[in-house]
Amino acid sequence: MKNTVKVHSFHGGIHPPENKKQSTGAAISAAPVPSRIVLPLQQHIGLPADPLVKVGDRVLKGQQVAEAIGRISANIHASTSGTVTAIESHPVPHMSGMTADCIIIEADGKDEWIEHSGLDDYTSLPKPELIEFIRQQGVAGMGGAGFPTDVKLHLGDDHIVNTLIINAAECEPYITADDMLMRERADQIMGGIEIIAHLLKPLHIMVGIEDNKPQAIRALHEALDDSPLNLDIVITPTKYPSGGEKQLIKLLTGVEVPSGRIPADVGIVCQNVGTTTAIFKAVTYGEPLISRIVTVTGQAAGHRQNYEVRIGTRFADLLDHAQASREHIHRLVVGGPMMGITVTDEQIPVIKTTNCLIAGSVEEMPPQPPAQACIRCGMCEQVCPVELLPQQLHWFAKGREFDKARHHNLFDCIECGACSYVCPSNIPLVQYYRFAKAEIRKEDDEQRKADHARIRFEARQERLEREKIEKEERRKQRAIDAAKAQAAKKDAALTKKPAAAAAASTAAPDLKQLKQNAAIARTKLGKAEKALTNAQSKGQDGIEALQATVQQLQVKFDTAQKAYEKAQSAPAPVSTSTAPVTDLKQLKQNAAIARTKLKKAEKQLEKSEANGDDADTIATLQKQISELQAKNIAAEKAFKDAEAGDAKQPSAPIQIDTSELEADIAAMQAKVDKGEAAWKKAAEAGSPAADKMAAGVEKLKDKLKALQDELAQIRVQSSNTAAPAPVDTSDLEADIAAMQAKVDKGEAAWKKAVESGSPAADKMAAGVEKLKDKLKGLQDELAQIQSNNASAPAQVDTSELEADIAAMQAKVDKGEAAWKKAAEAGSPAADKMAAGVEKLKDKLKGLQDELAQIQSNNASASAQVDTSELEADIAAMQAKVDKGEAAWKKAAESGSPAADKMAAGVNKLKDKLKALQDELVQTKGNDTATAETAIVETEIAEIAKPDIKELKQQVSIMRTKLKKAEKQLSEADDSEDTSELAAEIEQLKQRHDEAKATLDKAEAEKIAAAAQEGIDLKQLKIDAALARAAVTKVERALSKAEQDSKDSLEAELISAKAQAEQLNSTLERFSE
Amino acid sequence: MALIRITSPHAHRPGNTGNVMLTVLMATLPGLAAMTFFFGWGTLIQVIWAVMLAVGLEALIIKLRNRPVSFYLTDYSAVVTAVLLGLALPPFAPWWVITVGVMVAIVVAKHMYGGMGSNPFNPAMVAYALLLVSFPVQMTNWTAPFVMTGEGWAVLGLGDTFSAIFGSAGTLIDGHTMATPLDIMKHRGGFTTEEMWAESALLANGIGAWHAVSAAYVMGGVFLMYRKIFTWHAPVAMLGTLALASTFFFLLMPDQYPDPFFHLTTGATMLAAFFIITDPVTSATSNKGKLWFGAGIGLLIFIIRSWGNYPDAVAFAVLLMNLSAPFIDQYTQPRSYGHHKANRGMKGDS
Repeated sequence: MKNTVKVHSFHGGIHPPENKKQSTGAAISAAPVPSRIVLPLQQHIGLPADPLVKVGDRVLKGQQVAEAIGRISANIHASTSGTVTAIESHPVPHMSGMTADCIIIEADGKDEWIEHSGLDDYTSLPKPELIEFIRQQGVAGMGGAGFPTDVKLHLGDDHIVNTLIINAAECEPYITADDMLMRERADQIMGGIEIIAHLLKPLHIMVGIEDNKPQAIRALHEALDDSPLNLDIVITPTKYPSGGEKQLIKLLTGVEVPSGRIPADVGIVCQNVGTTTAIFKAVTYGEPLISRIVTVTGQAAGHRQNYEVRIGTRFADLLDHAQASREHIHRLVVGGPMMGITVTDEQIPVIKTTNCLIAGSVEEMPPQPPAQACIRCGMCEQVCPVELLPQQLHWFAKGREFDKARHHNLFDCIECGACSYVCPSNIPLVQYYRFAKAEIRKEDDEQRKADHARIRFEARQERLEREKIEKEERRKQRAIDAAKAQAAKKDAALTKKPAAAAAASTAAPDLKQLKQNAAIARTKLGKAEKALTNAQSKGQDGIEALQATVQQLQVKFDTAQKAYEKAQSAPAPVSTSTAPVTDLKQLKQNAAIARTKLKKAEKQLEKSEANGDDADTIATLQKQISELQAKNIAAEKAFKDAEAGDAKQPSAPIQIDTSELEADIAAMQAKVDKGEAAWKKAAEAGSPAADKMAAGVEKLKDKLKALQDELAQIRVQSSNTAAPAPVDTSDLEADIAAMQAKVDKGEAAWKKAVESGSPAADKMAAGVEKLKDKLKGLQDELAQIQSNNASAPAQVDTSELEADIAAMQAKVDKGEAAWKKAAEAGSPAADKMAAGVEKLKDKLKGLQDELAQIQSNNASASAQVDTSELEADIAAMQAKVDKGEAAWKKAAESGSPAADKMAAGVNKLKDKLKALQDELVQTKGNDTATAETAIVETEIAEIAKPDIKELKQQVSIMRTKLKKAEKQLSEADDSEDTSELAAEIEQLKQRHDEAKATLDKAEAEKIAAAAQEGIDLKQLKIDAALARAAVTKVERALSKAEQDSKDSLEAELISAKAQAEQLNSTLERFSE
Repeated sequence: MALIRITSPHAHRPGNTGNVMLTVLMATLPGLAAMTFFFGWGTLIQVIWAVMLAVGLEALIIKLRNRPVSFYLTDYSAVVTAVLLGLALPPFAPWWVITVGVMVAIVVAKHMYGGMGSNPFNPAMVAYALLLVSFPVQMTNWTAPFVMTGEGWAVLGLGDTFSAIFGSAGTLIDGHTMATPLDIMKHRGGFTTEEMWAESALLANGIGAWHAVSAAYVMGGVFLMYRKIFTWHAPVAMLGTLALASTFFFLLMPDQYPDPFFHLTTGATMLAAFFIITDPVTSATSNKGKLWFGAGIGLLIFIIRSWGNYPDAVAFAVLLMNLSAPFIDQYTQPRSYGHHKANRGMKGDS
């Protein structure tokens, strides 16, 4: 037989005595039904299955007795009928000789099948259902580790499977189970391969078999002649370990599976030949995996042959049946002599992966001679199939230099035992490697735990430190407040004392001091004014003297106030981010003070007028009022300026500004109202001051309007930008409105009182002031809450973004549909439409950019930004690929030369996509993603003329990575910080998209080239189909990812909402 | 019979380190035969005496180290060391020369560093270098190849040889001594190589013996390669480098530098290439490393022979490269399966 496929080679390998002839003399015979079967719940890699039966249950042959938990797990079925007598710990085939949970069934000897039926036409079933059907039958890999087969069959979903390899090498000595299976049941094998091929749709199928099985090769060829399958039976030279998965892949394809990856990452799936028959039986007959071929051999076995053995049959039963001589068994090996394990208990059962049982005599498996010193002869190195330096690893393991061992790729060791086999010094090398691996794993685990503990400790320390500082600050603040109150009291007691000291101290640039001075001056002024009012109302003498005092004090206050304002405006830029907020508050206070003063002066004027005081007094008062007005304007202007400067700052402060502005406007409104009332009265009284008053009212109105405009502007801005959490804003507004109403009410009452000349007016004024203060306090609190709740806007952003994208996407889709139709109809409008679609896309892109920019300010929301951008990318890619396909369709249908143009258009689109992605990378800023992306990009750039196969591999590797990360994310606890993972996923997605884009491009180029030459449309179709399939798969993966991220976002949103509601209720309580 | 629990693999290729050493010993036989044929009984007696001493000393040291004597003796590594040293020494060197040599090789160079497998330097070469530095007269006093110079085979009988080596009758062989070709080449004074060949008829006649001995070593080496005791890498690299270097200078100045064939077939070149530098314990580990290791030795041999103070240079070259072997190992790891490129250095700087 000649190979049609080039056979490559792998490094090293050995040729131990085969010892296979002993067990191939007799045909496979069925082992009898044992009296008891023991079914371990874990016969495979992954999680143990969960028992479905109870002790005492009667089970039938083929009845499921345990079900798989999780994705990587397998169902377990009773291999004969009987009664469950126990579910308990029992020895299982394991290197350590451990026990594990098993279902123990006493056979009733009837061997009664449960009702079962296969599928008439598995091709009519959707693939997921077919795979589920196979999963139900508990099929697991029967060659090596027992990997659940359905997981491998699902690989077609997210990997491009180019090559399916059926592992029939059976390179281990002694074992002939696969050999005999192929000789006798080659048709079942072909049937199984057909099913796998149907599911995975590989481009190439190969059966790898060693040349020491000529009869099996012949049987396979005969079966192949009757099969519709197109596969290559590749005969490889007999060399251990050519049956190792990675070694066989190298032999058949020349491809090396990258270290730390699985074959599917390079587009290859391996299945053991025994597994194919299990799949065949499961699908065709509905028979679960309840039996397998086991080679019973070794010098101590009477009959050395292959048996069809029920899973769960104890070794003792099997050895009895093979008439093994117990006196001669020295070593009972499960598996082959190279990688098999020894067991010391004959009660251990056959499981799904048990391919061989060697009853070794002492002659054929003598005890290991004592190890001599390593002479570094390098024979191990020459035979290592992974091309490691075994003797170096041995030295490192011995010296516990685990870092060095790891650096010498210890973890690539497959423990095949070739090095130990050839070692002239009889050193048990593999044991050293197992030891080193276990030690390293332990160390890593401990390191991980230690790191975790350290991070937690540091976080706690940091929190405690922060709390301490905050506490200290609060304490200091309280002390200062208390001191201030004390000082104010003292100053009040010493009214007569000249304020020269205060004025002098203005030289000191201490803001607080200055403010205090101003406050003192203000208090004094207030008192003097009050005295004046009293005097006036009583018509006492000395009014003029009092007025002079008031004026003097006024001057002093002005000086203090000015100094304070000056000092305040000077250091403002130096102060930190919190300073502007403080300044704003102070400025606002100033404005309020000025306002209050103005009000009082106005009141005085009113009274004077009402009392009919002489014109001089009124003129003085009016002059005062106009002065105060000017000051008020200046204070408010300062406040506004500061606020405007502040408004430029991002996020939270904007909300504060709005509320403060609103308060200002309300205050202004009140002032205007008052001014108007005064003016009206003056006009009624025919006073000459009326005109001036009217002018003052006009000014006030202008100011009010300016303030309102500003508020409107800020609101527009804030709704344009991050759109502050609507809940909070509305709350704020409602609060302000409520307070404002109260203030208005109070003022109205006060007005009435004034009108009626009631002495309660003053008290009322004070009450109104208090109310105003309360309002302000509430507003401040709100502002703080809002600034604390900075993360809330993120959700709003994302949803907005999504809505935008969705809308735009809909537009783009519509345009594309129209364009497609036009293209199909061959309409000349197609080009125009394409241009339209392009424009729409540009718009979409612009929108996305804008949003990205807005969001880039908000660090915490960056993950969401990425998601949205990615969505845009997907959309763009989708559009691109659709277009490419449409172009190809048209070209194919009409065979027109326009295909070239279409291809070029597709390329352009791809360039655009790439530009978009680049931009995304840029917006990510100093994100570490940039570096890695850059690497990927350079890698892509390096392969300017890329091999499509290689690109596909790259894409599939990326996809696998992505999937893994996603899985990690989905598995991560809610409490854990998933943002890092999410970021990683983003990164991976990006990389994947880029790789995919390159692949698409390469494929498009290939198609274009083929079209130019006008050849091989069939190949073109295959390529296009591949590309289509790949895109669907990517979409599926990405939509899943999207769903995941959406879910987490929604959860976040709900929690944020709950928080907001809580805050609202607190607020309500306060505003009562 | 009670079942035992033991980890895989359960199969082992027959043989042990002792078998490897015995194979090496077998491969030295052609060389030993050629030496005896051309230079008389001296070499054989030296080898036997060295082996006896080495085994005795080895047993003593193992005993002192509290190890099972027979288990360690049967790895035959001491025998190999002794045989190689015996082959490298002048056939009629006095008995105490090789006695000192064997003591240094077994006690100092081997066991003081931890014994079998732990010695950084080739024990035979440590001993040879020490002897050459300490006893230059005895170590350069070679016999003429009797057969080639017309004196007939074994002109000195077994008894005469014994008394020459063990007795005080050093003068017995005075009439038969002759410098080695490398020695003559080194101390040819102002002569060109051509003049030297013309001048020394004895050398011209005797050179054939050296060629024959080299050929015998090559035979043994090829046998060992066939038996996969070592790979081709180190010997080919060493001989190739030596040939390249000597060819370059020979072509540059033919009257000053001997031809490459002279370099390859005289002195201990072939003994070193197939029996000394292939000592696994003291050489580099990977195949790539062995190439560098061999090349370094080849180059050093040429440099020391051409411009150094000693006529031959094998011992020094081997020792210098023994010193470099761990370093070479760090930078010559092979590329493992599934890895993009080989790891370099000791940790993570690749």
